[in-house]
Amino acid sequence: MKTIGVLGLQGAVQEHLKQIEALGMNGLIVKKPEQMNEIDGLIIPGGESTAIKNLIVRYGFLAPLRDFSQKGKPILGTCAGMVLLAKEITDTDESHLGLMDIKVKRNAYGRQRDSFEVDLEVKGIEDVFPSVFIRAPYIEAVGGNVEVLATYEDKIVAARQGNLMVSSFHPELTADTRFINLFAELVDAPAMAPVAP
Amino acid sequence: MEKLIGSETVKRGMAQMQKGGVIMDVVNAEQAKIAEASGAVAVMALERVPSDIRAAGGVARMADPRIVEEVLNAVSIPVMAKARIGHIVEARVLEAMGVDYIDESEVLTPADEEFHLLKSDYTVPFVCGCRDLGEASRRIGEGAAMLRTKGEPGTGNIVEAVRHMRKVQAQVRKVVHMNDDELMTEAKLLGAPYEVLKQIRAEGKLPVVNFAAGGVATPADAALMMELGADGVFVGSGVFKSENPEKFASAIVQATTYYNDYELIGKLSKELGSAMKGIDISKLSAEERMQERGW
Repeated sequence: MKTIGVLGLQGAVQEHLKQIEALGMNGLIVKKPEQMNEIDGLIIPGGESTAIKNLIVRYGFLAPLRDFSQKGKPILGTCAGMVLLAKEITDTDESHLGLMDIKVKRNAYGRQRDSFEVDLEVKGIEDVFPSVFIRAPYIEAVGGNVEVLATYEDKIVAARQGNLMVSSFHPELTADTRFINLFAELVDAPAMAPVAP
Repeated sequence: MEKLIGSETVKRGMAQMQKGGVIMDVVNAEQAKIAEASGAVAVMALERVPSDIRAAGGVARMADPRIVEEVLNAVSIPVMAKARIGHIVEARVLEAMGVDYIDESEVLTPADEEFHLLKSDYTVPFVCGCRDLGEASRRIGEGAAMLRTKGEPGTGNIVEAVRHMRKVQAQVRKVVHMNDDELMTEAKLLGAPYEVLKQIRAEGKLPVVNFAAGGVATPADAALMMELGADGVFVGSGVFKSENPEKFASAIVQATTYYNDYELIGKLSKELGSAMKGIDISKLSAEERMQERGW
């Protein structure tokens, strides 16, 4: 059975783990870089992107995370995870992991009082998906081979590029495991070519 | 579902995103930036940190909106602010300013000695202090989306936060293992809403995130609270009343993430300079104990 890790530095770690286990897969909280060798796919959860980035750098996760992606192993980033995976972040020269060809605007919908829930159509999921946006980012621009999975009011809120998948919303805050299942299918699929750095 | 703002999921979810993190008290933009750079997941904008509130005496109110605004503009992480217990207008003003979370806090002088805010009425989420499961459940019943231990703020003494965290955890464990027919009497004994206890029993845990607060002064204190089951840590006076705030802030963040890596915590605690000077809580008079505020 394949194992999906959840980057356990900060944020909604247990919530993701619960969904992975509900799908009947192995889940592992990853707190040390060497644990990256024990997993087949990784979820970077929602949390505070600046806090998670800080710990990624300080605890030597930067190279192992990039390596993992270069091997074509799947990574899912939700909310803060999307910000961390993006090659470009609006209004700053700085990117974090810089892996996926997307340009992401942080806190794009405003402050917490503007956080919302809405049902969205997501490619690969039948019917609608309950989508929870919390101080969420959205994608302003995508590179050539990025597949858009969901939009809300004309903004891209979920996408996939090869082994990388992102969402602005928090599937882990719902009881609906279908979005995580899309990622699990990616983890189960044969290895794929990595996204070019 | 049409777009829905201020829902329970969105309010509680915001606190879930803070898990495993440290929320720091700050009194200006400069401190807020230090907190953000050290890896804090949020800042609490205040006019004075709790230890200075103790020293100043008098009535402690919501911070000057200029300070709150200054902090809101300084950082991209969430900004929290405190309103007095039961002070509807302070809370509404903070909500209108765009504060991300309001702490209905016993650190400030209560505005109402009978009723807390009806927090479910607001779009902005609230965090409240608790010493036991009765208090925790009443706050959840009023709509709090996050809890924290009360501890004894501004003392640099962890003993009360430990007491409150252990108490809540033990009472949750008891409720989770109760039979259906025992739950109503437990609700009566705790002074807790029955529906909230039913939810705790069904989920096997509190329905909202519960942080530690009130006395965290060192990296080891923060790690201790995580070890006892806290979802994260508030540090009030501990950071900016220490000798070296940057180092302290960063060490507390790391100790919170790696709370069971004792070798690391030892390393982090070296050459930190001195922590804030603490207070022996038994020397405080009943009126000086902030944890007694709230009902």
